[in-house]
Amino acid sequence: MSGFRLPDGGRIDRSRPIAFSFDGRVYSGFAGDTLASALLASGVMIFGRSFKYHRPRGVLGAAVEEPNALVTAGQGGRAEPNTRATDLFISEGLSVTSQNRWPSLAVDLGAAIGLAAPFLPAGFYYKTFFGGPRLWLAYEHLIRRAAGLGPAPSEPDPDHYEHRAAFCDVLVIGSGPAGLAAADAASAAGKRVMLVEQDILPGGSLLRDAATVSGMPGTDWAATVCTRILSRGGRVLTRTTATGYHDHDLLTLIERLVEPGAAPSAIAQRLWRVRAGQVILAVGTIERPMLFTGNDRPGVMLSSAVRTYIERFAVVPGRRVIVAGCTDDMTLTAESLARAGAEIAGLIDTRKGDALLAAQGAPVTAVTAMIAGRKQQIRCDLVAMSGGFTPSVHLHSQAGGDLAWHDGCGAFIPSTSRQSQLTIGAASAAETLADVLAQGWCAGGGNAGDAPVTNAPASSWHGTAAQPDVTPRKAFVDFQNDVTASDLDLAWREGYRSVEHMKRYTTLGMATDQGKTSNIPGLMRLSANEARAPAEVGLTTFRPPYVPVTLGVLAGEDGGHHMAPRRRMVLHAEHERHAPLWQPLGYWHRPRAYPRAGETLHASAHREARAVRTTMGLTDVSTLAKFDISGPDAAEFLEIVCATTVAKLGIGRGRYTFMLREDGMVMDDGTVWRLGETHFLLTSSTGGSDRMDAHLSYARSILAPKLRVAVVNVQEHWAALALAGPQARSTIEAMTGAAAPRHMGASAVTIEGGAGWLLAASYSGERAFELYLPGDRMVAAWRAIETATLAAGGALYGLEALELLRIEKGHIVVGAEASGRTTPQDLGLRKMLRGRGFIGGSALARPALQSVDREALVGLEADSAIPEGAMLLSERGGTPIGHVSSAGERIIGSGGIALALLQGGMLRMGEQLLVSSPTRGIEVPVRVVTPVFYDAAGDRYRD
Amino acid sequence: MRGYSAWALLRGGLGGHRHWRPAWRSPEPRKQYDVIIIGGGGHGLATAYYLAKHHRVSVAVLERAWLGGGNTGRNTTIVRSNYRLPAYQALLEHSLKLWEGLSDELNYNVMFSQRGALFLGHSDSDMTRLAERGDALRCAGIDAELMTREAVAKLVPLLDMSDKARFPIAGGMIQRRGGTARHDAVAWGYARAADALGVDIIQQCEVTGFAISGGRVTGVETSRGAIEADRVGIVVAGNSGHVAGLAGLRLPVESQLLQAFVTEPVKPMIDTVIMSQSVHCYISQSDKGEIVLGGDPDQYPTYSQRGVPMRIEEVAGQAIGLVPALSKLRMLRSWAGTTDMTCDGGPIIDETPIANLHINGGWCYGGFKATCGSGWVFAEQLATGDVHPLARPFSLDRFATGAMQDEAAVGPMPNHR
Amino acid sequence: MLLINCPLCGPRAQAEFNFERPVETIIGVDVPTAELVERLYTRTNARGPSAELWRHARGCRAWLRIERHTVTHVIASVAVWEPQS
Repeated sequence: MSGFRLPDGGRIDRSRPIAFSFDGRVYSGFAGDTLASALLASGVMIFGRSFKYHRPRGVLGAAVEEPNALVTAGQGGRAEPNTRATDLFISEGLSVTSQNRWPSLAVDLGAAIGLAAPFLPAGFYYKTFFGGPRLWLAYEHLIRRAAGLGPAPSEPDPDHYEHRAAFCDVLVIGSGPAGLAAADAASAAGKRVMLVEQDILPGGSLLRDAATVSGMPGTDWAATVCTRILSRGGRVLTRTTATGYHDHDLLTLIERLVEPGAAPSAIAQRLWRVRAGQVILAVGTIERPMLFTGNDRPGVMLSSAVRTYIERFAVVPGRRVIVAGCTDDMTLTAESLARAGAEIAGLIDTRKGDALLAAQGAPVTAVTAMIAGRKQQIRCDLVAMSGGFTPSVHLHSQAGGDLAWHDGCGAFIPSTSRQSQLTIGAASAAETLADVLAQGWCAGGGNAGDAPVTNAPASSWHGTAAQPDVTPRKAFVDFQNDVTASDLDLAWREGYRSVEHMKRYTTLGMATDQGKTSNIPGLMRLSANEARAPAEVGLTTFRPPYVPVTLGVLAGEDGGHHMAPRRRMVLHAEHERHAPLWQPLGYWHRPRAYPRAGETLHASAHREARAVRTTMGLTDVSTLAKFDISGPDAAEFLEIVCATTVAKLGIGRGRYTFMLREDGMVMDDGTVWRLGETHFLLTSSTGGSDRMDAHLSYARSILAPKLRVAVVNVQEHWAALALAGPQARSTIEAMTGAAAPRHMGASAVTIEGGAGWLLAASYSGERAFELYLPGDRMVAAWRAIETATLAAGGALYGLEALELLRIEKGHIVVGAEASGRTTPQDLGLRKMLRGRGFIGGSALARPALQSVDREALVGLEADSAIPEGAMLLSERGGTPIGHVSSAGERIIGSGGIALALLQGGMLRMGEQLLVSSPTRGIEVPVRVVTPVFYDAAGDRYRD
Repeated sequence: MRGYSAWALLRGGLGGHRHWRPAWRSPEPRKQYDVIIIGGGGHGLATAYYLAKHHRVSVAVLERAWLGGGNTGRNTTIVRSNYRLPAYQALLEHSLKLWEGLSDELNYNVMFSQRGALFLGHSDSDMTRLAERGDALRCAGIDAELMTREAVAKLVPLLDMSDKARFPIAGGMIQRRGGTARHDAVAWGYARAADALGVDIIQQCEVTGFAISGGRVTGVETSRGAIEADRVGIVVAGNSGHVAGLAGLRLPVESQLLQAFVTEPVKPMIDTVIMSQSVHCYISQSDKGEIVLGGDPDQYPTYSQRGVPMRIEEVAGQAIGLVPALSKLRMLRSWAGTTDMTCDGGPIIDETPIANLHINGGWCYGGFKATCGSGWVFAEQLATGDVHPLARPFSLDRFATGAMQDEAAVGPMPNHR
Repeated sequence: MLLINCPLCGPRAQAEFNFERPVETIIGVDVPTAELVERLYTRTNARGPSAELWRHARGCRAWLRIERHTVTHVIASVAVWEPQS
């Protein structure tokens, strides 16, 4: 128990105490506290356990860079594992649990692995666990349970997320002094400004280091500037983090509307996509740890973080403090500590040759240091260390910008930009507050003379840690992943010498903190091993996201159940009256069958199909792709797209047609109707409708731009039904009071006040009519026809019956026989092919497509049902020579029938083959037959 | 090649791990080799290893940057052989068998984890397509099992099995021998083993041109000087078009980006590899605990390695649709690999029209699983000059003859794949 | 994500557009088989400037010719597709 809360001060609201629990124990803090500040105020020092060795860990930092203090915030479906205690503002009733420990944070049996640490150096797993995949699976089982950090979530997320798009002239990332000055100047100049701050308060370093700006306290100035920006029509987003800088100045921002673990009133998080004219990156720096033995122990913190806790949260994390480092930041922290009443147990300034060698205790109880040439042990309960500051170059680098080594920072800073980004402030290595304000003001378009002024003294945060004489091999570089300096040395000795190899071999920088505190120290170690300058060694690539981003907010409103639209036909409610089984088909749902009470799908489909064969059946075919093609050159255009003749069609006549891809494979099929001299209707498959739309547009605009033709997608204009069966004609004629067209004829029709087309086309093999009416006119017509159908003893039929009917007739279907790998010849359509002039025609001449050994369409017959999808074999155990593309059973009579793609096709007519489905344990002997099983002459529908 | 074992680690632990030798040398390039392999990714290094192991030839691997830095280190580490078309089945099954012995063969644990590769079906027609593929595999002697809805729910309890799901789960097909491997380790393991057999692995060595005379290649120009060779193999996934272009060749290849990402690590929640017949994302969990996610390519030509953010957002939404509990996990890292998208989705393994210049590329977004088999067949090709029978269906001239290997059956446009 | 300046609609996000194909792979009907194979299946696939056919599929649906760099993604020009000759 060493941390304590000061009686006053800090940017917390003492009038609003907040109760929360950590590992079941109730604590209290104030509004404005982070979990880290509230727990530190209560004397808590150990927050979590490290990934590999389960070492006890406290708080290192005060913001997003935190590698150690990871907790699970919230419960049930709202639990967010691996939440940084430093980046979690507490809310009433928040429940937080520690992670990666068993049975408890204080007593973690996993820590026993630490005893084996000498035998588990970087990459140890590559060198052992041999003996084959089975043995590895067993090892892996144990390894996986030991690995992982937070608990695996097991419940759906109850929260909602949304995406929003925005545009602005100037997007300023970071509301520290630089960002505020830039945003202020830009908005004063009339620019549309967006200012983004990841904290809940604007101000950046002003929240921690008191200074006056423009004659007022820095935090007041920050608030004033924000108000001004808002009043000028700009936008200020707090608790919003810029996570990605993408092509063409698109940035993604994540706005947290509630804190982790809390219940939102509406939206939990929002993803902004902002396209900006100019992007000003005022993203500051992140302090680096120093390398010494035990630098990971609870109670060892970053210097600036210690000051943040004191000045912003009025929490003093220790009473007897060692302050160490290589920058002036340690002076500021020592002053702050002294003001707060803590005792400075020692100042270790490595710039003067002093060295911090080791820390002991968990939490820390003492350090070993070399001060003025004397090695000594000093008692303490807190170490504040400043190993230098790393400019945050992530976004600049994501945007493709180059980096340059900066000796003063001992780190990389942005150099050349590739997009519209400009980095200012500490992130560009600017040192004093006055410089930062002036730089920001000018970046926002202000005159240098008008820049805000400050009283802050100039102090240097630049500084690189001198390497201690004795190599601290056990110093931690990547705290969370337990990567030590000796691990990096080992990787180098073993030849993993590119910075990427080092990272991947040791896992340096791959923890949830994404290397924010470890990248540069790791690079320095590599640089020393390589005896090359850090700039030559280089950095790993920065990629989005800057901080980890919840998958839920990435998905936004389009995730989960909404990942794809659900499309309903205009007759959906009509079908629902009969409680059909629904079948997904692309985005659509279509009735699969209309089973009666107690009826199976199979029985229902056969009853419906029998109705079509014997009386009549009614089905909804509204989802078919439909294109209205008109103009003087419409016929010419269709002959480019269709591989069959079209131009010879008489007015009021239609025909079956199919279209090829450019590589000659059958892409889709359907019917084409000549409704007038220059007016056609083309239908094609439901599933291929988007593809066909693009194909027709391409053909129209790119291949045949000179033709006078208009192509309109009328899929959703026309609803369509099909009435099929021996009584279809009389039923339709009774409704229209006119003669229905003969087979493959089309006539204009008006039914129930709806004007459309009646097409005599048979897919089922019976006399059939397709009725096309505008969507808003179809319901009445459907009801009337349904009534007539049912009264005559007919039935509604769904996709399953449709399948039985078309298989019996040997009609191919896109996705099964027209698989995307079959040519017209393969599908027995060669006779319908025109000679030339259509897409895909010249591709068919290639020798492999002419081979008689290709898989081609045949029919199969068997005594029992044939499993769809199964392989065709010459004999048991043989190599497949084809497969069953569609299978059904005879509608009238019995026995299995199927369509298949078989090597050699109809050359094998009459052969006995074996259909084999090992996955379903079925074998069926079959006979190869012509792929038409019913009324081969077409007598049932021809006039 | 031995040296890695639990005992060696124990010994290292007592001696400060001072005895470990570099996994590979950093030799200066010689003036001449029997075979030069351009590209130090998994496929190139595997080729080098099998060449050195099975044939008496001198071999150099030339790598522009660092070993395994291309698609070997940028994929979602899925290994399986459960394809529909026989040519893929044969090559990938050969590969899978090599995977099964790889850690011991290389004395380098590549963590090949046969945790199963599950394809979900979301309707009866999905299940029929899965059965078709499963039957084709079983008839070819490759493992595949259909799974009922209940069995799928038991295997992956966190899947949304409700009827309310956008694509309700009807069942699945699993290849139990499929799974994942540690991608970097594959490159490193092959490199270490190849190096031990005398292969010169030369990093930071970019090929800038080819020496060609009389229609034959005689060597390469590099950033570290000219090097002669009897045969040269191009194995530079993602950059095949560019490197072949240096020799004046044009390929049926379009370079596109494939993005992937991982979440923060959590305790075990998904024990198998999940793919889907209707939802275009794939999900697995690494040994570290990170959920690894990927989806479709970006579908336009680019060498930028900067992906379209909406693709990742789409994959996140799909993954949550399948496994709702993923929603609160956070994306930690994302990356993008440049893939050689070919005009039928299949690789190109062939001698080019320039004699002695061979190419192995065009693996689209499916190359990782093929690493071992690809190296095996290409080694034989580079040693003998003849294309291995398993690779013959993937010839350069298959587009001219019409013998495409179009697994996805979507035709010649790579962006439709 | 690219920002594509559609000549008809103004600047719009790439999400509204579909890449169709490199201009060099546009082939008319009835070209001889050998030429079709060459043009349909082989690509320059340049690491550099590239002339491409795109469609503003979720916008005005116009076909666009876009000159674009495949490494930097800088777009040199966007024009409504004009049929050649």
